[in-house]
Amino acid sequence: MAGPMKMRANLGAGFTDVRVLMTHPMETGLRKDADGKLVPMHFIQNLTVKVNGKTVIEAEISQAVSRNPVFSFRLKGGAKGDKIEVSWLDNHGDTAAIETAIA
Amino acid sequence: MNRLRRALAAALLLGLAAPLRALAAWNKDAFGAKTPGDALKHLGVSGATPSADVHIDAPQIAENGAVVPIEISSAVAGTNALIVVIEKNPFPLTARFDFKEGALPFVKLNVKMGETSDVRVLAEAGGKHYFATHEVKVTIGGCGG
Repeated sequence: MAGPMKMRANLGAGFTDVRVLMTHPMETGLRKDADGKLVPMHFIQNLTVKVNGKTVIEAEISQAVSRNPVFSFRLKGGAKGDKIEVSWLDNHGDTAAIETAIA
Repeated sequence: MNRLRRALAAALLLGLAAPLRALAAWNKDAFGAKTPGDALKHLGVSGATPSADVHIDAPQIAENGAVVPIEISSAVAGTNALIVVIEKNPFPLTARFDFKEGALPFVKLNVKMGETSDVRVLAEAGGKHYFATHEVKVTIGGCGG
């Protein structure tokens, strides 16, 4: 269900570019399966981005974010080796997290 | 004994309250609203001003409404949040990003669009709201299936 996440964080011109991919069905509750039954809502609701343990971005998202969400964020400055952590929480209470160092 | 019991009860309450608080950080009323106006009302937004400093980079035509790439950012000084509203979606409020010290008000994401609609992005700065809109024409909707 909660599949793997992927992330990379690269130094840009004065900022750090963070790109993160999450594996999640992001079901809207409006889609019907092959038998014509509505597939229940199942989607990520909260995202948190931390740098070296400090929260820098908090997001609330809806079921209108595409399946297997991909996000890009920009962080001020940053240095090689800084630890970036991204985590999510969905409407079932499932969570996942990934950590990477700025390259 | 009484004090011990009270301490235990307090500890139990704290333990129960913590996960509830974590789950409550999702604005159910705003995300459950069926019109953009209601969604913004539940977010405490009133009287947003149009601004050229709020940027939306999105296609003009999306062939597949299930994956519409949008890039949003704000050049309004002191921007601490960006809000995405897809006006004609069944539930218009799509996302709210809060930026703390250390993050730039910039996000790239993919969204679903049920039909041709304005995408409205609001930037929050100093308790005020600024917005821009961008229309995306959708050939095949991406909400149902």
